Amino acid sequence: MTPEEEAEYRRRQKSRNYVVGGILLFLAVLFYVITIARM
Amino acid sequence: MATDSMTQAATTQLPADWRDFFALTKPRVMTLVIFTGLCGLLAAPGSINPILGFTAILCIALGAGGAAALNQWWEADLDAGMKRTAQRPLPAGRLGRTDARDFGVLISAASVVIMGLGVNWLAAAILAVSIVYYAVLYTIWLKPRTPQNIVIGGGAGAFPPMIGWVAVTADITLMPVLLFAIIFMWTPPHFWALALFVKTDYANVGIPMMPVVKGEKSTRRQILIYTVLLAPIAIAPWALGYTGPIYGVISCALSLAFFLLALPVGTRTSVDGDTMKPEKRLFGFSIAYLFALFAALVADALLSPLLVA
Repeated sequence: MTPEEEAEYRRRQKSRNYVVGGILLFLAVLFYVITIARM
Repeated sequence: MATDSMTQAATTQLPADWRDFFALTKPRVMTLVIFTGLCGLLAAPGSINPILGFTAILCIALGAGGAAALNQWWEADLDAGMKRTAQRPLPAGRLGRTDARDFGVLISAASVVIMGLGVNWLAAAILAVSIVYYAVLYTIWLKPRTPQNIVIGGGAGAFPPMIGWVAVTADITLMPVLLFAIIFMWTPPHFWALALFVKTDYANVGIPMMPVVKGEKSTRRQILIYTVLLAPIAIAPWALGYTGPIYGVISCALSLAFFLLALPVGTRTSVDGDTMKPEKRLFGFSIAYLFALFAALVADALLSPLLVA
């Protein structure tokens, strides 16, 4: 793996982690507000 | 050890970009799904908490995205053979097939469970049926077997307004069935107009689309037949008293325009080097038709009570 490929690997890994983190955070908020709305 | 396996994985393939997963959900198709689902939700009698309404639309979008991902997982080889689809993430090699399948299953299942727990289980059940209908009945079973694939497969795209409606009412009445029927009857002329000018693509990969199997003449005749059948169904919500005059006038005008554009497509014969302008015009209008018809439904639901008052 060349340094450029490794950098690209890290970049993609990082951006995916951010997206997954964002989705999990969004779902946590969504489930919270659904619970409040259904009370 | 972890570093070793990571290095090994890295040398074989770079991880897919998140944008490729997003592309798997067919975002352009999803806009129509979200729009018709939202219209069903807004036109339904009664009210829904905005958060639950948002959740319902989100689940409809997720379900459609999951079904689209499963469709692309199954058809990766066919997509590679068609110019229109060769650059999708799977045929272009930017994403692994197993990843696409797992992603499709995950978001499909999540959409049904969240819909059931957050909104109601009848809407969740219809959503589940729509996903299976598209991913299994249409993609795996019908599409490679019969030129009528798009007629029955069109049902998959017809579910969103019904789900939106049922999310509010938790009940299936004639009106959501009519909304289903409108998209069901709209799909054949819409899709066959497209198939007429991209038929070589379908022929190359052996998909039995109507123009490939039955020929152009038969396809054109059937476009006209379905257009004529669509008109009374599109007007029915007004004729049966479910909507007011706003929807009535707009649905009649749109149906007439659809028929006038389908008429030359249904009666003409293409020649060598044909630009297929009437077919392209009909395809473009058919998308605008559906947007306008469902927008009219919502406008009618919101404005007709004001007119009466």
